[in-house]
Amino acid sequence: MQRAPLRARFSASMRGGCSAVAFWKRSRHRATDLRIGKAVERPLPARVIVDGQPLSAFEGESVAAALLAAGVLYLRSSSRLGQPRGVFCAMGVCQECVVEVDGRTVPACLTPIRDGMEIYLRR
Amino acid sequence: MVETDLVVLGAGPAGVGAALAASRHGLRVALIDDAPVAGGQIYKAPPSSFTVDNPRALGAEHQRGARLRDELAASDVETYFGRTVWLVSRGFVLEAVGPGGLESFRSKSLILATGTFERVIPFPGWTLPGVIGLGAATLLLKSQQMLPGRRTVVAGAGPLLLAVAAGVLKGGGELVAVVDLNGAADALRVAPRLMGRPDLALQGMGWMARIRGAGVPVLSRHAVTEVRGEDRVREVRVTPVDGEWKPLPDRKTRVFETDVLAVGHGLVPATEVSRLLGVDHEYRADDGGWVATHDELFRTSLPGLYVAGDVAGIAGAKAAALRGELAGLAAAYDLGKVSRDDWPRATSTLRRRLHRAERFGSAMSRLMKLRPGLVGTITGDTVVCRCEDVSRGEIDDALDNGAGELNQLKAWTRCGMGPCQGRMCGEAVASLLAARVGNRDQVGQWTGRAPLRPVPMEILTGEFRYEEISLPPPAPR
Repeated sequence: MQRAPLRARFSASMRGGCSAVAFWKRSRHRATDLRIGKAVERPLPARVIVDGQPLSAFEGESVAAALLAAGVLYLRSSSRLGQPRGVFCAMGVCQECVVEVDGRTVPACLTPIRDGMEIYLRR
Repeated sequence: MVETDLVVLGAGPAGVGAALAASRHGLRVALIDDAPVAGGQIYKAPPSSFTVDNPRALGAEHQRGARLRDELAASDVETYFGRTVWLVSRGFVLEAVGPGGLESFRSKSLILATGTFERVIPFPGWTLPGVIGLGAATLLLKSQQMLPGRRTVVAGAGPLLLAVAAGVLKGGGELVAVVDLNGAADALRVAPRLMGRPDLALQGMGWMARIRGAGVPVLSRHAVTEVRGEDRVREVRVTPVDGEWKPLPDRKTRVFETDVLAVGHGLVPATEVSRLLGVDHEYRADDGGWVATHDELFRTSLPGLYVAGDVAGIAGAKAAALRGELAGLAAAYDLGKVSRDDWPRATSTLRRRLHRAERFGSAMSRLMKLRPGLVGTITGDTVVCRCEDVSRGEIDDALDNGAGELNQLKAWTRCGMGPCQGRMCGEAVASLLAARVGNRDQVGQWTGRAPLRPVPMEILTGEFRYEEISLPPPAPR
């Protein structure tokens, strides 16, 4: 939790966060894993394969979230210019996060992880 | 084929409100959504495989969502989740792809509760992996219970800005900066309307206090003007803007190193079904943009077709639920299930509550209203249409050559022809057009086309042998 002494917090916010204290506070990483475990439990671990490589994930979370947590952001290349693309809207509208699962092209943000799933990125 | 009195499309607060009200008055109702459970985006549930140890830690919205799902389960509404509707015709017939393959629905009436999607006006680097919408960040935080990244910059306009920023802090992530297009004057202007919901106003103030207390830089009247990185976000550049959101390049640009940028410039009603059905629409800038024209009972220009919730104009979840209820009652009335005499009693308090809820919602919507200067962040080589890789330079060429309407520009540039069917680029393209020809309502909307969502061809065609297709003999002999 970010709880510096009140005086330091006050002065940091007054200076718009440019003070050394604010810099120190900001550079302390809190979460090592992106998954937040305070309110929910993920009881079912899952092992999936992404482009032939094993990846640990959890049953039911979206493929997009699992890849994000593993630091895989670059999911595919754009149609004409071949630029790197990844999750954008996370609700199945933008079609940027499409990956290949079971021979079908599906949006990663709407596809739940299942143990043993084989995922291919369309880079 | 499912035959029913009423189909409600979309199971967010509006759709569920409509389905419950119509069902209570004796209509047979089918509620369709592509998600696995009800809740829409705002009450999106965590995956069913997660166990919720501490429901209160998930927040008031989770409780509301859970209550909504319970009410639905206890009702006579027939639910069809996991169904992606790809075609809707007058009559009404809906074609969907479900877990078991193709499904068809036929109903006398149809309520569209399809909600909104997010608007992001492009800037250099906006397509890099690691740039996500504010809605996307909200979904990751609340539904997937995941931080968007180790370090996050949150930018844009509207109520989602503070909610995401606070969510990152609450989740234990590093909030690098909050970059707000709006300034203090904008917040003050809408303050009176916020008093209709003191609980939400206080919540917003609490978020701001937490953000400032953590020493996070909050930049008002600033926009993201560039994101840099090779194959993912590395740094975000932020520049002051004027009152119309136009970047002021001679003012100091600040640079923040980060993993993720969560950015959003308002919400837009999702009108693809009403466009496909060809009903009347009007452009209402204060409500989020194009909306199907409707009366005070949410009837559109096509008898039997209603709109409910944010798709009828941005007003928030509370108003959405009440609008849904009113639309459901209207559908029941129009099918003869509510008598003229019963009508006032059934609707009087509802309308009053709706008016109050809409007052708050309109304040939020005002903060998200797009200002014309923001297209100043779209440089010539910035990709505008993400699906087809069409840059601003190519759009400007088409405009120079006389393109004056949205579909004409689509035909000339391919903007809007890709898998997202213009949802992501539409607002930017229309704003660029409007800057040339005059007004947003003069440039038109994308013509509605099926399929409403990408559908695998093999699901539509099924299995067949070419010999089975009966072909007439060629003519003439």
